[in-house]
Amino acid sequence: MPSIVDRRLNGKNKSAVNRQKFIRRFRNQIKKAVADAIADRSVTDLDKGEKVSIPTKNTSEPFFHHGHGGHHQRIYPGNKEFHQGDRINRPKGGSKQGHDASDSGEGLDDFIFELTREEFLQFFFEDLELPNLVKTKLTTISETRKVHAGHTSDGMPSNINIIRSLRGAMGRRIAARGPYQSRIKEAEAELELLLNRHNETDAVIIKLREEIEQLKKKIAHIPFIDTFDLRYNNRIDQPKPTTQAVMFCIMDISGSMGAEEKDMAKRFFMLLYLFLTKTYEKIQVIFISHHTEAQEVDEETFFYSRDTGGTIVSSALNLTSKIIQERFPTSEWNIYAAQASDGDNWDTDSIDCRRILTEHIMPYVQYYAYIEITEDRHQNLWQEYLELQNNWDNFAMQRIEQLADIYPVFSQLFQKQSQ
Amino acid sequence: MNRKPISDTSQWTFALIEKYQKEIERVATNFGLKTYPVQLEIITTEQMMDAYASVGMPIGYNHWSFGKEYINNEKRYKRGQMGLAYEIVINSNPCIAYLMEENTMAMQALVIAHAAYGHNSFFKNNYLFTTWTSAESIIDYLLFAKNYIAQCEERYGEEHVEAILDSCHALKNFGVDRYKHPPSLSMQEEKAKQQDRATYLQSQVNELWRTIPVKDTNSQDAQRDHFPEEPQENILYFLEKNAPLLEPWQREIVRIVRKIAQYFYPQRQTQVMNEGWACFWHYTILNQLYDEGLVTDGFMIEFLQSHTNVIYQPAFDSPYFSGINPYALGFAMMIDIRRICEHPTDEDKQWFPDIAGSDWQQTMNFAMQNFKDESFISQFLSPKVIRDLKLFAILDDDNKKQLEVTSIHDETGYQTIRKTLSEQYNLGSIEPNIQVFNVDREGDRSLTLRHTQYNRMPLDKSVHEVLKHLARLWGFRVRLETVVNDHIVMPLFECEK
Repeated sequence: MPSIVDRRLNGKNKSAVNRQKFIRRFRNQIKKAVADAIADRSVTDLDKGEKVSIPTKNTSEPFFHHGHGGHHQRIYPGNKEFHQGDRINRPKGGSKQGHDASDSGEGLDDFIFELTREEFLQFFFEDLELPNLVKTKLTTISETRKVHAGHTSDGMPSNINIIRSLRGAMGRRIAARGPYQSRIKEAEAELELLLNRHNETDAVIIKLREEIEQLKKKIAHIPFIDTFDLRYNNRIDQPKPTTQAVMFCIMDISGSMGAEEKDMAKRFFMLLYLFLTKTYEKIQVIFISHHTEAQEVDEETFFYSRDTGGTIVSSALNLTSKIIQERFPTSEWNIYAAQASDGDNWDTDSIDCRRILTEHIMPYVQYYAYIEITEDRHQNLWQEYLELQNNWDNFAMQRIEQLADIYPVFSQLFQKQSQ
Repeated sequence: MNRKPISDTSQWTFALIEKYQKEIERVATNFGLKTYPVQLEIITTEQMMDAYASVGMPIGYNHWSFGKEYINNEKRYKRGQMGLAYEIVINSNPCIAYLMEENTMAMQALVIAHAAYGHNSFFKNNYLFTTWTSAESIIDYLLFAKNYIAQCEERYGEEHVEAILDSCHALKNFGVDRYKHPPSLSMQEEKAKQQDRATYLQSQVNELWRTIPVKDTNSQDAQRDHFPEEPQENILYFLEKNAPLLEPWQREIVRIVRKIAQYFYPQRQTQVMNEGWACFWHYTILNQLYDEGLVTDGFMIEFLQSHTNVIYQPAFDSPYFSGINPYALGFAMMIDIRRICEHPTDEDKQWFPDIAGSDWQQTMNFAMQNFKDESFISQFLSPKVIRDLKLFAILDDDNKKQLEVTSIHDETGYQTIRKTLSEQYNLGSIEPNIQVFNVDREGDRSLTLRHTQYNRMPLDKSVHEVLKHLARLWGFRVRLETVVNDHIVMPLFECEK
């Protein structure tokens, strides 16, 4: 007998395992593609996947087959003007003749595929050596909470609302009984009349009694409770109320900060941004670059412009403080700041920096993170900042030589959030 | 006959599918199609792509290459490049055919007729399938394979399993017996036998190598003592039985890949016939339903549009050209056989004296049962089909500057075209002829393969990569030599372990 089976609810992602295997196999290429993507992306642009292309050479699976050359005769369809014995020049490119026409689906292009957002972030996190808890926290999309929202007619058994369900059942029973009940009443009245004129054994009487019996049975058969009566408590997801934050990215763009240093700084800013998106609904990012003078710039200029000359860090701090006072009242904004520098500063200026931070910035910000990107010994700014670290809980600093050093700057921040 | 159509909307329901299926079955039975029982399964697009990725099987072991396949299919699906009505049918008993939930009713009916009756009857009756595959137990075997490989991954590590699978996949076309019939498969037997086999095989391998020191003492004999005695065409089988360093579980994986390759071997040899047969029957069955008034005009228009797309053959100079479309060639030939039986012309009587004017159902059944693509074409390709498709033959010889048109669709060309096209479907000449030739048991244990050149065609560059895989399985040095012009042997490549 033929049979029809509905398999639509069966496992959907049978190939998910195979996809993971594929990604693992080409992790180096994918990693590089992700690194390139990070360089191209904006700090705030982390919520999408990425196209990765891998040379077909690497993904192809070799097998024994004939190459070009030798003597072969092949049949083609659609002859138009050829006659027997015609000679034709070989077509350039020669893609038409080989034996490989059947096995190469896509030609010689790269093998291109899309990473999902989750996969992209996993690769982004990988170098940063984030703890797993933090990773999952960051990858889960916006948090919600369950709230009551009336009742529905289907749901999980644990959500059954007993009072509602029984009330419904009672209503249904009354309604379903109604017609039988009234007919019984009529029949009983009729029976009483008839009994005056007939014997118990008369056909009419028996028939009427039977009918009454039938009706009573019908009433008895009305189910006490039916799936139709069930009501479930309905709960829906509601986004958690969130607030707004502003993030200051402060970076030294003097000659000593090369492309590599900037790339590290960028990841540092990205991570902070990603963290903020988990906590705040609206985030504004301010970019302040400085050498001897500070200015507020757009992201493009921030990461790509380069200046030569000395460094005066305090100029950037002054500007930050000014912007906070003018545009971001602490009553409405949560303020985060992240500063990246090679730490080389004018000697006397470092003392100024500490003063500005202590007086004008630290009291207003949630968190201030400083990274020193250098391989030399600590610079004078570091010494001054060390004192700040002792005085302020919300101040974090770290020297960064490789990407894995970035996370410790934030560890305190993440810990706070998970409490 | 003026009956009410089964349905007149494009929506499908389970009840409608059942009705169509009943009618299709009735028509198919009237035409004398013999099939396995049918099981239709409704699935989603993702599931269809899953199935496509694992070579159309409902269960497959895990490997990155299937992930790659899936990504490829997904891309092509999104671009709308996968033209066909998404049919997958499994050569099993009962015969499982997939219906995709997105399809309209007309498409579902088309797929039912095409896959569940067309392909199904081909699987049940074609000699290659009946003698080489075991429809009864394939699903069981795949399940066994999937579990076994998952177990190995747990026990020996994913990378090691992946490495072995990569190597086996590189050789899977050389893991089939072309002449010897394989015994049938079954999960329970496999499981029971697997343990015994592992220990037995290992002992055999040791036996083979234990003879070395003895042989070493009288080395005159060694020269005569060729191993294997005869060249072996089934490279994977040879490795499974004789590779000195493989662990028992690795041998079992070699065996799994080999068994599955063997299962697909008939399909690779009957593409034109199988698709042609299925297209012929969906066309014939649905037209019959239309004649009986069971389907509407709208249904037919939708069906015909899809049908025409499937059997479209772009010309050689069209940007869409990618070889001869097996659906087009197969359908044209099947329809033509029926025509030759029913309305033979003088030409047909001259070319096909034994089938012109015969009973078409009998003749077609005979053709379907007893041939594979190669022999089917050399037996049944008629001048009319050659003319309709305007086939012509091109000779490409790297000794000559230009290509030569050797034959076209005219009186003098028919025979050559038929012969050449038939050759084009002969796996024996498409695939290079490479066999296990010798094992140096006394010396460095190296394995020598011998490639016999056909029409001076060289091996593709990827041969180096394949040899690396072979060396991984063999465990020692691997050599490949080529026989040119039947007598000169040239060393070709060598690959260290």
